[in-house]
Amino acid sequence: MDVLNLSQWQFAITSVYHFFFVPLTLGLSVLTAIMETIYASSGQEVYKRMAKFWGTLFLINFAMGVVTGIVQEFQFGMNWSEYSRYVGDIFGVPLAIEALLAFFLESTFLGLWIFGWDKVSKGLHAAFIWLVAVGANISALWILIANSFMQHPVGYELENGRAVMTDFGALLANQYVWTQFPHTVLSGFTTGAVFVFGISLYHLLRKKDEDVFRRSLNLATVFGSISILLVILVGHSQTQQLVRLQPMKIASVEALWESMDPASFSLFTWGDEANLKDRFALRIPNLLSILAYNQPTGLVKGIRNLQAEYEQQYGPGDYVPSVFTTYWTFRIMVGAGLLIFALMGLSLYYIVRNKPLTSFKWARFLPLAIALPYLANSTGWLLTEMGRQPWVVYGLLKTENAFSPNLTPGMVLASVIILTLVYGALMAADVYLLVKFARKGPEQPEGLEQPGAAGAD
Amino acid sequence: MDLNTLWFILIAVLYIGFFVLEGFDFGVGILLPFLGKDDARRRLIINTIGPHWDGNEVWLITAGGATFAAFPHWYATLFSGFYLPLFIILIALIFRGVAFEFRSKDENPRWRSFWDWAIFGGSAVPALLFGVAFTNLMHGVPIDANMNYTGGFWNLLNPFALLGGLVSLLGFILHGAVFLSLKTEGEMMNSALRAARRLWPPTVAVLAAFVVAMYFFTDVLKQLGINPGPIPIGSVLALLAAGYFIYSRRSGWAFAMTALAIVFSAATIFLVLFPRVMVSSIDPSFSLTIYNAASGQYTLRTMSIVALVFVPVVLAYQGWSYWIFRKRLSEKAEMHY
Repeated sequence: MDVLNLSQWQFAITSVYHFFFVPLTLGLSVLTAIMETIYASSGQEVYKRMAKFWGTLFLINFAMGVVTGIVQEFQFGMNWSEYSRYVGDIFGVPLAIEALLAFFLESTFLGLWIFGWDKVSKGLHAAFIWLVAVGANISALWILIANSFMQHPVGYELENGRAVMTDFGALLANQYVWTQFPHTVLSGFTTGAVFVFGISLYHLLRKKDEDVFRRSLNLATVFGSISILLVILVGHSQTQQLVRLQPMKIASVEALWESMDPASFSLFTWGDEANLKDRFALRIPNLLSILAYNQPTGLVKGIRNLQAEYEQQYGPGDYVPSVFTTYWTFRIMVGAGLLIFALMGLSLYYIVRNKPLTSFKWARFLPLAIALPYLANSTGWLLTEMGRQPWVVYGLLKTENAFSPNLTPGMVLASVIILTLVYGALMAADVYLLVKFARKGPEQPEGLEQPGAAGAD
Repeated sequence: MDLNTLWFILIAVLYIGFFVLEGFDFGVGILLPFLGKDDARRRLIINTIGPHWDGNEVWLITAGGATFAAFPHWYATLFSGFYLPLFIILIALIFRGVAFEFRSKDENPRWRSFWDWAIFGGSAVPALLFGVAFTNLMHGVPIDANMNYTGGFWNLLNPFALLGGLVSLLGFILHGAVFLSLKTEGEMMNSALRAARRLWPPTVAVLAAFVVAMYFFTDVLKQLGINPGPIPIGSVLALLAAGYFIYSRRSGWAFAMTALAIVFSAATIFLVLFPRVMVSSIDPSFSLTIYNAASGQYTLRTMSIVALVFVPVVLAYQGWSYWIFRKRLSEKAEMHY
């Protein structure tokens, strides 16, 4: 393995790992803020206990997001110095703004929130967690503005072999941002909702603290239903956008070797990637055209045609991403999303019918659904980033020209191994604490301590 | 003043802010095993920096981001060149950040002891390595005509840089001891002051040695930028004044003086560098400067506007959070960490 491969592995591991924690931060911060706002405005103690319980889980998760985020910020320079030189003029700007606008806000007000329960008024304290939630979501906006430039570069000119920013407004107005940002943030909201849903159901099935968990489950269901519906709608328009902006990604997702009109949707393909053809394929006619253009016909370009097109445009080279990866990550992401949609719909239906889910035997399997958003989030990013290959900045800079030339394979191999081990160990500790505190449930209300607890000291 | 100079100053301010703020929470973290004789005291020590450490660390993240945006070549050369030390710093910061949140969430003494040592190591390693890294910045490192670092890991551990590392390590511990004496009362305050009294003489010695060495090991006296003039001496004087206040048990003033000593020391480094950002030891003309390493003027202008609007806001609310938590902590206080 050379420095390029190892650096790619490192980036993939650290990014997927980082994004394991981020979506829950996005969603759970908002849900906790809603709960505390109800407490602050109505004075109902039960909402305070809810905010404190979910807030504790939020904090355990948040710590991991923060520390893995530092690596994200620094590894562009560490492993991808040529990339940093090439696009720093543009890419560095949203990163710096993210730190200034979002990270300070999140960290400062989180400190105030954690340590300030008895130092300020209820309303002000609720405002703290809102500012944390806003900070987290602003952070998502700026990092996605940066990422969108890699997917669809705008607002730049090439000068002495570097991309130079010419239009900051164009960077913000990049159409890619305005599908990717809502899709990502709403996925985070969905993650928070399914997380709260699953843990609440787990406790309700054991008849524990029904006051807290019934309310939590209802809130999560409403919040999650809206979020997942929007995720799917935005995802659909994102696909249509990709047909125009990154046709190779779509062709690869659909294992569409040749251009087709009307284009069919692959239900199952066993492909021969080396020769760009099917071994076995089951396709639904017209469906891809419908997905791409909302009408039964329309040309969707195939991998071979695009490869030929790009060779003419950019010179010889392999312009096909890993079809296997993009094909399956897309299907896992969409499948998980649809399952969440069904789950939220089901829960909503029984809430409206006033028949608790807990009365069904099969409901005890539903808390396992917490894994679904994680699956969708990770595969979604793998698809986005690996589907962009061989480019690091689409159409401008190839990944193979972006890594740091001064590094040795030994150095990067060492960092990959150490990061993997450290991250693995921390993940174990984090999950241990999450499970421990999720199982334990909320603190008992004051004056109602369980018998025996008072006499212990 | 042009925008390149403005951004050099802004980045210098961000790093200096990071050293002053995170400096004391590094120090408190390093003192944890020495002053935290039992679990209650260890919790007290950690909770003095509880509301602040994360916000303090953001100064570093912002400095990194600003360097990327304003001087991409500086960011690229520095971070890829100092790959291993930076990697070690990152691992240290990862353990440290998680440790604060995790350590008190389980009663098991071995669990707590593990995370306490993570806080210690996670504070000590960066406290040492930041001094090493910044000393190397002005000392000069092998950088070729393509702005790439050509040295190895051991190049960075030269005697002068190690002396710089010792200065930052001892300086931050002293700064942390004074902070702890400012935030606690009774027995903990006394032991923090005792620690400060013991740390003060060696800190003065290494800082003075470093200032003298600086004139031998760098081109500070003949380079084209700004002569730091009395500022390096000022850092020694501030540290002497800190000693006076430590011995007369005036923690507030002592803290102001250790902070000032850090400001002056770090400012010296940036003044000696200016207008360069990294000095090449191969050929002075290969050095990175605020001009050949910079982004375009359009980017710098955009960033200036953003910074002008938001930096005051950030300073205001971060300052306010220090005001909210101005009270001294006692072991009886309710603690999160």
